[in-house]
Amino acid sequence: MQYIMMKNVVLRNGIVYDPLNNVNGERKDLFIHEGRLVEKMDERKAKVIDLKGKVVMPSGVDIHSHFAGGKVNMGRLLRPEDSMGHEVSKTGLLRSGSGFSLPTTHLTGYLYARMGYTLANEPAVPPMKSRHTHEEFNETPMLDKSGLLLLGNNHQVIEYVAEEDQESLNSWISYMLNATKTYGVKAVNPGGVFAWGWNKYINSLDDEVPCYNVTPKEIISGLIQGCATLRLPHPLHIHLNNLGNPGNYETTLESMRMGPMHITHAQFSSYGGDSWKDFCSEAEKVAKEVNRRAEITVDMGQVVFGETTTITADAPFEYHLSQLTGMKWSNADVENESGGGVTPYTYRKSSGVNAVQWAIGLELALHVKDPWRVYLTTDHPNAAPFIYYPRIIAWLMDKRYRDKVLGECHRWALERTTLPSLDRELSLEEIVVMTRAGPAKRLDLRASLSIGDEANLAVYDISPEETEGEKIEEAFSSAAYTIKNGDIVVKDGRVVREINGRTFWVKTRTEKDIKEDILERFRYYTIEPENYIVESAYIRNGVELDTK
Amino acid sequence: MKEIRLKPKAIPGIGMEAENISPDMFAEKSLKEIRALDVFVGNKKKKLGEYFTVGGEASEKPEDLRIVIRGDASKVKRIGERMSAGEVIIEGDAGMHLGSRMSGGEIRVSGSVGSWAGMEMSGGRITIEGDAGNFFGAAYRGRGCGMTEGEIEIKGNAGHNLGGNMGAGRITVGGDSGEFAGVGMKGGVLIISGNAGLRVGAGMIDGIIIVEGGIKEMLPSFKERGRVDGVKGLSGAFIGYEGDLAECGRGRLYVRD
Repeated sequence: MQYIMMKNVVLRNGIVYDPLNNVNGERKDLFIHEGRLVEKMDERKAKVIDLKGKVVMPSGVDIHSHFAGGKVNMGRLLRPEDSMGHEVSKTGLLRSGSGFSLPTTHLTGYLYARMGYTLANEPAVPPMKSRHTHEEFNETPMLDKSGLLLLGNNHQVIEYVAEEDQESLNSWISYMLNATKTYGVKAVNPGGVFAWGWNKYINSLDDEVPCYNVTPKEIISGLIQGCATLRLPHPLHIHLNNLGNPGNYETTLESMRMGPMHITHAQFSSYGGDSWKDFCSEAEKVAKEVNRRAEITVDMGQVVFGETTTITADAPFEYHLSQLTGMKWSNADVENESGGGVTPYTYRKSSGVNAVQWAIGLELALHVKDPWRVYLTTDHPNAAPFIYYPRIIAWLMDKRYRDKVLGECHRWALERTTLPSLDRELSLEEIVVMTRAGPAKRLDLRASLSIGDEANLAVYDISPEETEGEKIEEAFSSAAYTIKNGDIVVKDGRVVREINGRTFWVKTRTEKDIKEDILERFRYYTIEPENYIVESAYIRNGVELDTK
Repeated sequence: MKEIRLKPKAIPGIGMEAENISPDMFAEKSLKEIRALDVFVGNKKKKLGEYFTVGGEASEKPEDLRIVIRGDASKVKRIGERMSAGEVIIEGDAGMHLGSRMSGGEIRVSGSVGSWAGMEMSGGRITIEGDAGNFFGAAYRGRGCGMTEGEIEIKGNAGHNLGGNMGAGRITVGGDSGEFAGVGMKGGVLIISGNAGLRVGAGMIDGIIIVEGGIKEMLPSFKERGRVDGVKGLSGAFIGYEGDLAECGRGRLYVRD
């Protein structure tokens, strides 16, 4: 009885933001009955909370955060020092944890919940490592989770693309998604990681991938078609070719013309110049192209100055970064499928390149006109750990606050970007779209306060008129309440209840039977196809979304 | 200078973490308050007074305070961690992490000390009359830089990874050192009066290592640079080497001729 009571909540007098229903700062009462939002209910059987002067919005949705799986764990192993000074003791309620840029699983859940987030999408699951990823999902509390499957360098994918056999490719994507219980398709430097295994580099969409005689362009369009045919809820989620290199914005513009896709951490793909010496921002051009193409969405990949760990499936990129910094480096080759690398990195205000990188993320968010198509991320932990989201929100909402940092930066940020001339300050409504409604819509999940929806919401102690960056950052750092499925899980920035979220995956079907090809492919694996499949029983609170 | 005297009672075999035993924490506190400071025994939070008798009087400022521990503290970890001033004198053995990350003041131990003493210290002085464990003055696992300032004197033998990744400062060892002395060194001076274990100076980039005794085996990535007379105030003939060339290092390693 008492548990049911906890799922019945009345939120009085809150100022509600619900962009999906065009509710923009209205004072409203919300009623939560057994975990769902309802029209009206008996208040005597509910916990009544007065939210006078506070804002209420759907809880946060992170569309791109490397928080679980093989690479993250590789980072934890490579960087024991990341935990030092960031230890959190257990309490009567919560588990212990440690880590700054690579927090342990339970701590990850607590830190997200404190900021009012309840959904995170792990965007890089190598098929072979999906079991490991699900194991970490199971141990990451507070959050709903989904994973995107790395297929951009999968040998079988490239083989089908080379044979121009789209039908078999669709079946292979379907087989892979169903076997690994993931939510969509991710491509990382398509073709480029495979080519690097042959000591070849892919710097443009038309470079040839060795052995198979195909180009990244062909791989991308094969995957885009596959995603569309399988009616996946999320389009191709892509980490572009040539990422992190000066002048790569041209590759970005060219890729955008290929069809619907989500371009992730666009900051790393909006670089101008021919070398690091004349490195500059081309964020405006990239944003203009995004404005022109309704089928394209991006997320920021915002840099925050300080120490972090870079982890990506773009193995050649990590190799070059470690050569540049002289820092330790770890590499992985996932048989038949993908690669990955890890190296620590420190973003410095005194570095011209880093200062421009910092500005580019903000430029993108401010130049893209439609907040439904640009989402707030740090590509956790590559550009910064996710704990800095509140600071980025404050930078976007307060020009003075970001100009203060701009003033401390290397002069390149002033000279080689358009950030100094950008006067736009985002409204609270736009922030709600960028951090909740927008990314959820792109994932085809819901972040809204409609009647009948699950009550996943966050309350912040902030006035809707607040314009001072410091106060905005403080308010978004610690939610007054985070409510997940009707449970009050955070109060005043402290986790008061630990719950387990769900894991979403898609169930897809295809016509063509490729059993023979699967068996043939597994001749090159060290694992049998029977052991490869992650059973749904393996997943705690799994939710299967049938795309039929 | 005022003095606080601690005497260990029964220290549990699993050891305890007592980073609160430092002049910075004791200053301005009454004996009662000092007894009430936290220590961790396993994963249980306990009070300092349960494991030590506490006497004497604390000063207002840490620089005027001397902490004397009389007895066996070999199971007490993290004594003097992060201390910035004052003195800690241990008449007996001390446990792991002694004076790690300290920035000033002085620690003297009449017995031996466990591993990780003086880890990443940035100032002050540590003197050990007996032997020392591994990782003295080294960097924490994974981190790039060990001690960056200060002085360490070990009168007995030192363990492995002595001064690992050290950036600056001075370490002297009266006896022998274990393996990997000065591994990844970036600066500073490391003087070993006895023999050095295997792979001394491996991966060093800069700094000076002087071995007065013998070296079991010189790494092939060190190049001989000829004979010198007297180094860093030590008289007599040494053979100089440069390395570690595997890391394009310019470190100097001198071995008694």
